[in-house]
Amino acid sequence: MSVATKTDKIQRLAELTATKETSTGASLWREAFRRLKSSKMAIIGAVIIAVFVVIAIVGPYLTPYAPTAQTWRGEVFPNQGKFVGPRGENWFGLDHLGRDMFSRMLVGARQTLLVGVVSTLIGLVAGFLIGGLSGAAATLGGEAGKRVDSVIMRFIDMMLALPSLLLAVSVAAVMGQSLTTVMIAVGVVQVPVFARLLRGSMLAQGGADYVLAAQSLGVRKRRIVTSQIIPNSLSPVIVQATLSLATAIIEAAALSYLGLGNPDPAIPEWGVMLAQAQRFFDNAPMMAVYPAVGIIITALGFTLLGEAMREALDPKLRG
Amino acid sequence: MSLLELDGVKVHFPIKKGLLFDRTVGHVYAVDGVSLKVEAGETYGLVGESGCGKTTLGRSVLRLVDITEGSVVLDGTDLAKLPGEEMRRFRRRLQMVFQDPLGSLNPRQNIESILSEGMIAHGIGKDQEERREKIKAILDKVGLPSNALARYPHEFSGGQRQRIGIARALVLEPDVIICDEPVSALDVSVQAQVINLLEELQEELGLTYVVIAHDLAVVRHISDTIGVMYLGSLVEEAPSDALYAEPKHPYTKALMSAVPVPDPEVEDKRERILLTGDLPSPANPPSGCRFHTRCPWAQAERCATERPELRDVGGGHRVACHYAEDIASGKLRLTKGEVVSATREGVEDNPTEDTPEAEAAEADAPAAETPAKIPAQAEKPAEKAVEAEDKAATAEEPAKAEGKAEKAAEAKASPKPEAADEADEAVAADEAKASEEPEKAV
Repeated sequence: MSVATKTDKIQRLAELTATKETSTGASLWREAFRRLKSSKMAIIGAVIIAVFVVIAIVGPYLTPYAPTAQTWRGEVFPNQGKFVGPRGENWFGLDHLGRDMFSRMLVGARQTLLVGVVSTLIGLVAGFLIGGLSGAAATLGGEAGKRVDSVIMRFIDMMLALPSLLLAVSVAAVMGQSLTTVMIAVGVVQVPVFARLLRGSMLAQGGADYVLAAQSLGVRKRRIVTSQIIPNSLSPVIVQATLSLATAIIEAAALSYLGLGNPDPAIPEWGVMLAQAQRFFDNAPMMAVYPAVGIIITALGFTLLGEAMREALDPKLRG
Repeated sequence: MSLLELDGVKVHFPIKKGLLFDRTVGHVYAVDGVSLKVEAGETYGLVGESGCGKTTLGRSVLRLVDITEGSVVLDGTDLAKLPGEEMRRFRRRLQMVFQDPLGSLNPRQNIESILSEGMIAHGIGKDQEERREKIKAILDKVGLPSNALARYPHEFSGGQRQRIGIARALVLEPDVIICDEPVSALDVSVQAQVINLLEELQEELGLTYVVIAHDLAVVRHISDTIGVMYLGSLVEEAPSDALYAEPKHPYTKALMSAVPVPDPEVEDKRERILLTGDLPSPANPPSGCRFHTRCPWAQAERCATERPELRDVGGGHRVACHYAEDIASGKLRLTKGEVVSATREGVEDNPTEDTPEAEAAEADAPAAETPAKIPAQAEKPAEKAVEAEDKAATAEEPAKAEGKAEKAAEAKASPKPEAADEADEAVAADEAKASEEPEKAV
């Protein structure tokens, strides 16, 4: 076969395989986003979260009454079991000190969101650093790297072995009572989860052929980690972050409920409100129901979005 | 001096156990003393069954696995002794094409990014613009449109992905490309395209290949010299034609005898050497000759105690067998295993071989995986395309094979179900070949 016919053949092959000049590739992230948009679960979750975020941001400016003002103090007698339920001027009724529940819910949303987001971020960043270091050491660090990874992971295992709430309580006990403490405590609990997840994901990717291919190309190790391994290991971490927001809100509520949260009980926070309502649950169950339902719906929104993202990012569905 | 010389290369993987501190409790002798030479511009084929260490050997050349002992000399530089950073820079001259075209491409990078990765690592091209020009030229060479640049690996077909893999190796302008099973993950019709592309590129750019494969037809087509590996070492090495014309090592003989011939008359007379036993574990290889546990000609003393060296038996044909000449001359008798007719009729005539042992041997025979691919052998050299076309035109052999399969099916259901499969596959492969023919003609 002459060179000319060979060239023709390749030319023809190129034509056969050609697509429209304008077509650009769809990256996996973009495809995942497309799948996410067509998922009902994701949309419901996103709407719930959006409403929650809007309330958290603008809520405090829309309150009909000051959330700390005991305006109707004279109408509520907790000792005699006399409470005020929902009525025209107070949509959600009054709490045990005669404060407007609706205003307190609106303001509490901001605190709750803040705790959820900040503590998840703390967990995510710390977990990402620890897990990323560990994963990079284990995949490309050779023998010494494996040892470093071992040490880090045993430490993480120790953290994982403690019940998360117990860990959070210990952190809060050591650092004293404040909102920052709650955020750090809840964040610390998330660290081993993120670290383990990222490291495991990186280990799985580290054995992939394309990592070997990058090595054989002579790409530097640091670049292999940052441009090859980590981008491919992120999906489960992103999903976990979304799901963690839900648990963080619940755990922050639990800590507040246990009295380790914001020392100022006047500042409304859903977890604190729930804790306060406990004493009067027999006579005024609605006082507990509002913050509880608020927490449940918010957690549900994050969980729905997280689950939908897990499905959208699943490489098996890549089409 | 040869371009690439391997001398006594050993790759041993430690087997580790332990709770806190790992103890080494043994080694897997993946590659155990391989010496070979690859001349510039030629293609060296490495064949062997799964687990014989051929992939590890390929990777050790690039130092993707640690070399335990021995040297890999490329153009006068011993790669085994290079420190990390220098080795990294040296990788520019040695590139690799991987078996799994999709797995070896980062799914989150587009083609431009994948292809520029190596250039950035080696400082080729001043800026993005210059690199893009070069990438476009290479894409053109491997037959991909330049608008592939912005697309992602999952948007291409298997054959196209392998072209991307080849392009990635080519952008660095290497001297040697190691192709690890370059076509085994592809359809038969696409295999031929990729093999032809590799050959054309070699002609045009003067590349040197080391092709690792288990498909005898592919290796025969593309290689100048072929090395046969068994359990981590070379058992035979010879120029391609010599090896296929007259295999000298018992293992190679058994391997070759398992290949069906796409000529019904020859096929009827073909004999098969059946090996007994399993492939031994590379963590605990047999003493002496690695093959003596399964060798049909194994002799009492020497084979089990003395490890045969590769020795030249004339014409560049190297064999690692103490008795290669005696076996060739027919002086030695079989000590175990057996030679049977390869055709189904033969099977029926010889009911004794339906013993469980023989069946196990059949299933274990390393070559058992190769037969289906053999029709590709017919289209082997591009020059013989006409001949192949003639054969396809007569269309006699698929019909006959089908007939055989039926016969086998009705005659005896139990003995060898794979016999029917084999014939079916042969037919399918033939059809695939026929359908590929028009495109080839273009």
